[in-house]
Amino acid sequence: MTAKNINLTLKVWRQNGPEDKGRFENYEAKDISTDMSFLEMLDVVNEKLTLEGREPIAFDSDCREGPICQCGSVVNGRPHGHEKGTTLCQLHMRHFDDGDTIAIEPFRARAFKVLKDLMVDRGALDKIIQAGGYISVNAGGAPDANSIPIPQDVAEKAMDAAACIGCGACVAACPNASAMLFTSAKVSQLALLPQGKPEAAKRAITMVRAMDALGFGNCTNERECEAECPKEISIINIARMNREFLKASFFSDVM
Amino acid sequence: MKLDAKIPAGPIQDKWDKHRFELKLVNPANKRKFEIIVVGTGLAGGAAAATMAELGYNVKNFCIQDSPRRAHSIAAQGGINAAKNYQNDGDSIWRLFYDTVKGGDFRAREANVYRLAQVSRNIIDQGVAQGIPFAREYGGQLANRSFGGAQVSRTFYARGQTGQQLLLGAYSSLSRQVAAGKVKMYPRQEMLDVVLVNGKARGIVTRNLVSGEIEKHAAHAVVLATGGYGNVFFLSTNAMNCNVNAAFRAYRRGAFFGNPCYTQIHPTCIPVHGTYQSKLTLMSESLRNDGRVWVPKNPGDKRAPGDIPESERFYYLEEKYPSFGNLVPRDVASRNAKEQCDAGRGVGETGLAVYLDFADAIKRDGEDVIGRKYGNLFQMYEKITAQDPYKVPMMIYPAVHYTMGGLWVDYNLMTTVPGLFATGECNFSDHGANRLGASALMQGLADGYFVIPYTIGGYLASESIENVTTDHPAFKDSLSYVNDRINKLLAVNGKRTVDDFHRQLGQIMWDYCGMARNNEGLDKAKGMIQELRAEFWENVIVPGETNDVNQSLEKAGRVADFMEFAELMVTDARHRQESCGGHFNEGFQTGESEALRDDENFCYAAAWESKGLDAEPELHREPLTFEHVKLTQRSYK
Ligand SMILES: Cc1cc2nc3c(=O)[nH]c(=O)nc-3n(C[C@H](O)[C@H](O)[C@H](O)COP(=O)(O)OP(=O)(O)OC[C@H]3O[C@@H](n4cnc5c(N)ncnc54)[C@H](O)[C@@H]3O)c2cc1C
Repeated sequence: MTAKNINLTLKVWRQNGPEDKGRFENYEAKDISTDMSFLEMLDVVNEKLTLEGREPIAFDSDCREGPICQCGSVVNGRPHGHEKGTTLCQLHMRHFDDGDTIAIEPFRARAFKVLKDLMVDRGALDKIIQAGGYISVNAGGAPDANSIPIPQDVAEKAMDAAACIGCGACVAACPNASAMLFTSAKVSQLALLPQGKPEAAKRAITMVRAMDALGFGNCTNERECEAECPKEISIINIARMNREFLKASFFSDVM
Repeated sequence: MKLDAKIPAGPIQDKWDKHRFELKLVNPANKRKFEIIVVGTGLAGGAAAATMAELGYNVKNFCIQDSPRRAHSIAAQGGINAAKNYQNDGDSIWRLFYDTVKGGDFRAREANVYRLAQVSRNIIDQGVAQGIPFAREYGGQLANRSFGGAQVSRTFYARGQTGQQLLLGAYSSLSRQVAAGKVKMYPRQEMLDVVLVNGKARGIVTRNLVSGEIEKHAAHAVVLATGGYGNVFFLSTNAMNCNVNAAFRAYRRGAFFGNPCYTQIHPTCIPVHGTYQSKLTLMSESLRNDGRVWVPKNPGDKRAPGDIPESERFYYLEEKYPSFGNLVPRDVASRNAKEQCDAGRGVGETGLAVYLDFADAIKRDGEDVIGRKYGNLFQMYEKITAQDPYKVPMMIYPAVHYTMGGLWVDYNLMTTVPGLFATGECNFSDHGANRLGASALMQGLADGYFVIPYTIGGYLASESIENVTTDHPAFKDSLSYVNDRINKLLAVNGKRTVDDFHRQLGQIMWDYCGMARNNEGLDKAKGMIQELRAEFWENVIVPGETNDVNQSLEKAGRVADFMEFAELMVTDARHRQESCGGHFNEGFQTGESEALRDDENFCYAAAWESKGLDAEPELHREPLTFEHVKLTQRSYK
């Protein structure tokens, strides 16, 4: 496919800090090669702003390959844009047409504070993991890695859940700003594996409690999270977590 | 100052055991009296912070990203080596040791490499215990694949997300320690200086990337796990925020820099396609297990790949290296790709690409099997290039990927500054002049989980470390140095952007200090870097203010350090009058265009001591002795 150049109008959310009200501002993005990634297009706009003596748009990005997911914004109302299973950095401009207007805003959720322009604080996701998203094992004492066989399909299911990159698109997509998909992916990854089973019940409860306490909303089965997840994490994980959670409520003394 | 690598005496198999026994221990009750700063939350930093906290130390852990889980390690795709010999194909600690020393072109320290091979086994055990979903066989056993530079299958993997899964493992252990109150996390913080008190590392100065505030942090010891400096080339496979500033500031404060010119150019990356390009994307080396590398036999052949008959294709790696074929080490594969393109056989619009073709593998195994192995890589390739590798061969070209050089450390991973340690890619220790695939993850985790937690105890137990707070004048000095530099950057108010300068610096480095180097080019590059640096300080434009989020300022600080560091790289490359691994000086090659070492004169690690910006650095040599692996001309034929 040969690249061509297109012209775009950007409506970008600008916000000076958490206390600022924020507003959309318009920018022209001219001569954008369709081979560029979305973030490279923003780079071009920022270079121009800088040379004009204006402040460039603050946006996070790092690996520009998907997995780090320091980036993430809402493009035309969709977290990471409209391409399925794609992080923003992997969205290429060939998916836009000459003359398009593109609205770009930060991920919005009660639990995510906007720090500046498109940058948000997703620290709440780390706090959910701290509440139990781990197996309690110290370095040094582990048995031989092959001592417990794990059926391939189980390992694959755990891997499907572990593919979550913690970007927060599920939260941004959810009408209730719930972090259910994120939380359940970790709960079910660890609950599926023999190593994670001993703490499975306690983990489900402490992580869900943390999620609630941090201001994330409830899950009302809207399924927007699954649709927007760049790693296509399945809502089966939510069902698995609910199962763990129920089991725990009946049988454990953690409650 | 004389370099002392502190390699324990005795047979190589026993060195690490013996050393661990001889290291003084900090008694459990005393561990909680020590504060340790760890800069970096990648495999090397995250594992170190978590493990030291498990042992009882109080850890402060810093990173640039908004979460420790977003360190660059997460981008690693292909796999991690370990001498498990699960495949019963003849692997052993000894073989991994041997392959690594040979792969590094005999420029690494034997004792370190042996220890690395030893603890490699524990890493996989630890990972499985943490719940890392490594790939498995039907019977439930762990699966392996082969990687370049090895003839055994010792690479463990988790789809194409091995780094992600390993890092999330370390991050989960770290999160557990954060919850336990033993680790305090400082995300979105950038270390801008290391603070020495009475010659010992006692803290750091950072910039809070949200508020812009310059902060002081004191500790009993400092561990740098800040990754590699590949971004000195501007375009590389490294994440955008990878930098040299922490390591370079340490260098300016007295830590010697080891082998800065050893950089790895990875053979399988998506070729450059435009001047706006911000980074290069790696296609995992594992693809060379099934993909065949070729170019048209006739220079300038512009036909579509499908129209070029077998007889007119040149499978140059298979032909030149029959026993390793497409699985030769990276430096060899990269140099050969360049050679073919230089000879006019390159493909694609720019002529700077070669084919990596899966047609035969798909014919043999079916799309299903190939898809299961490489599906997500193929998908990533298609997203970027809009071409389907199931149907047309991939186009690849070498790109800067990894830096073997780094802070010089002794066997304890301590730099020449007492109390300042370096782990992971940020040190120079284990890969010599070339790293084998799947060995960086191994080294980062070996350092973090299994080496530094012991050796730091030895340091803390044997030194008397007086109490120091951030009120000490050394912190004030450092603070004002950092503030001055920031104010200077903001005050230039010139006409060229930071990226513009960075791109130009990268081009100089790629042209003259990249895949192939020569004396004339290196001499020229040195002058060009000095001129560019001078212009940078007169003509850079950094908008915004210091007491706010200011990404231009962050980048400017990093590029300012790259501008100084680039010169050190060139100096090192120019002084090493031989070729070895990733350092290929065209003046030194065998009749078959392979790297020609000079063991007589250059069998040493170069450790550079800073003498300040305006003076030449001083070279110190750590002689390398090879008692177990015979020095030979590397051959993969
Ligand atoms: C695309 C890609 C694929 C790869 N694939 C493989 C593979 O398959 N197998 C393999 O073995 N290796 C692979 N590698 C290499 C490997 O990923 C890295 O060498 C390794 O992960 C480095 O780990 P680290 O912990 O040393 O550093 P990093 O993971 O880079 O972490 C650096 C940390 O330091 C922090 N930091 C840096 N500077 C500062 C500062 N000034 N202040 C505060 N914090 C700072 C960062 O925020 C980060 O937390 C790959 C590399 C790339 C680029």
